[in-house]
Amino acid sequence: MPRAVVTLIVLTGAALAAGVLALMTGALPLAPQRVALALAGQGDALARQIVWTVRLPRALAAFAVGGLLAVAGALMQVMLRNPLADPYVLGVSGGAAVAALLGLMAGLGAGQLAWPAFAGALGSIALVFGLARRGGGWNPARLLLSGVGLAAGWGALISFLLAVADPARLPGMLFWLMGDLGGVTRTPWWALAALALLACLAWPLGRSLNVMARGPLEAQALGVPVARVQPVIHVLAALATALAVTVAGSVGFVGLVVPHLVRLTIGNDQRLLIPAAALAGGSLLVLSDTLARTLLAPRALPVGVVTALLGVPVFLYLLNRRGTR
Amino acid sequence: MSPLAARQLVLDVPGRAPGAPLDFALAGGQMVAILGANGSGKTTLLHTLAGLRAPRSGTVQLAGRAIGAWSARARARRLGLLFQDDVASFPATVAESVGAGRFAHQPPWRGLSDADRLAITDALAALQLGDLGRRSLDALSGGERRRVALATLLAQDPPVMLLDEPVNHLDWHHQILIMDHLARLTREAGKTVLLSLHDPNLAARYCPLALLLGPDGAACWGPSAALLTAERLGWLYRHPFACLDDGGVRVFVPR
Repeated sequence: MPRAVVTLIVLTGAALAAGVLALMTGALPLAPQRVALALAGQGDALARQIVWTVRLPRALAAFAVGGLLAVAGALMQVMLRNPLADPYVLGVSGGAAVAALLGLMAGLGAGQLAWPAFAGALGSIALVFGLARRGGGWNPARLLLSGVGLAAGWGALISFLLAVADPARLPGMLFWLMGDLGGVTRTPWWALAALALLACLAWPLGRSLNVMARGPLEAQALGVPVARVQPVIHVLAALATALAVTVAGSVGFVGLVVPHLVRLTIGNDQRLLIPAAALAGGSLLVLSDTLARTLLAPRALPVGVVTALLGVPVFLYLLNRRGTR
Repeated sequence: MSPLAARQLVLDVPGRAPGAPLDFALAGGQMVAILGANGSGKTTLLHTLAGLRAPRSGTVQLAGRAIGAWSARARARRLGLLFQDDVASFPATVAESVGAGRFAHQPPWRGLSDADRLAITDALAALQLGDLGRRSLDALSGGERRRVALATLLAQDPPVMLLDEPVNHLDWHHQILIMDHLARLTREAGKTVLLSLHDPNLAARYCPLALLLGPDGAACWGPSAALLTAERLGWLYRHPFACLDDGGVRVFVPR
């Protein structure tokens, strides 16, 4: 499968380029040489300090978040057989957001929200799967509706919290809601590990997903143990989403559009689509975060704003290019 | 041992009285037509036999074992089903779509083997789709898409093939092509083929056995030559039929 190899090599190159750019750019621009020396543990102390403790953790966090969201979105779109599905459709990010906002209101700093956010996301997952399972049997339509309902409920709670919050805390809360990497101080290794694990599972998962795109009955007739595979994939997607929002808040757009972008470019073979979406989503978020840090420097934008500003035109262009064929 | 058998099988058709239980054991090399009016339970029967739907009572035995006792993979290597409706098109090429038929034959970590590729090429060729392998599914006509779905089943290559109205959407040439091919598979490869049809003439011409699903769950089963008569078709479809003689071949036409 040489085309797949070429695709993955190109995307890996793009990810590395985005990473190098992220390490070079900032309040103190660093030349590529200085970055390389600092990465090797040599060169001046200032550059080493900036690269290792500030920019590299943040770039890795961005890559992990973008990759996880893109993979979760790709999984949800196939499982629900709905092109509008995204990682947040089951309400995972809403639960995380409510918990994170409560944390902010209680006086936690942006760097201390990981645990409340993760707990909120897990609680939301438990709730939505519990609701979908009630009444026996596994029913994807019920899962989707439970998720949509739950997400609406979280949305209302979020509005409530914003309305009653201390105005001084509002900017921090809004940044979290839009998705922001400003609070990242350490490399989120667990998120990167989860992303690596998903990429490794891409081949066997993708094989089943390719068949499941034909619908559950047909997939079963072709030999996929649908009743077993479906919940596993849903839970994987939900956990990936939970990890992503824990690191960066609810970054929009990446999970919805990156899978489509990749699909429009390389086709719909899930075995290739999953790792390609991971790389593309990660690169997009690294690039977006670099822009978010520098566009209005010294002010920083929330990265979620930039992902949309950057991704929407590209997406619409690709869509139209296909449409005219 | 029978490749596929129904034991005291009562279909679960919502809102219908149980009707007579079905009891039959198919043999390798048999080709059986299922005839019946709309809503008589043809699709329900095929889905129940494929293990996709639970019966109200009774059992289905695949190669001597209860259908539910097989793993999905192992079952798909022994039994395949062509659905009545084609999948809503999803972005894939014809060859990729037909390749899904090989799913149950591949170990989880491997891609297509040479045997898989050969099965796909053969299936495409058998249905005269050889030139369309790289074409996108969206770009096909309804009849072509039907043949792609059939090719997927041929690539799956199970000993028991269930087909729900396989000649839907097909022109006469392709209807005959497919019925010829299925008949050849029963004759030369010993496949067991059970297919629902709407045309009693195709059933009479190709299927030595027929299963009639009558109104309200009544059913009868036997050699088509004896079973298919104008009166019985009239009962089956609640519409009078005439039987014409075309040089020794009986032809049924609705009056």
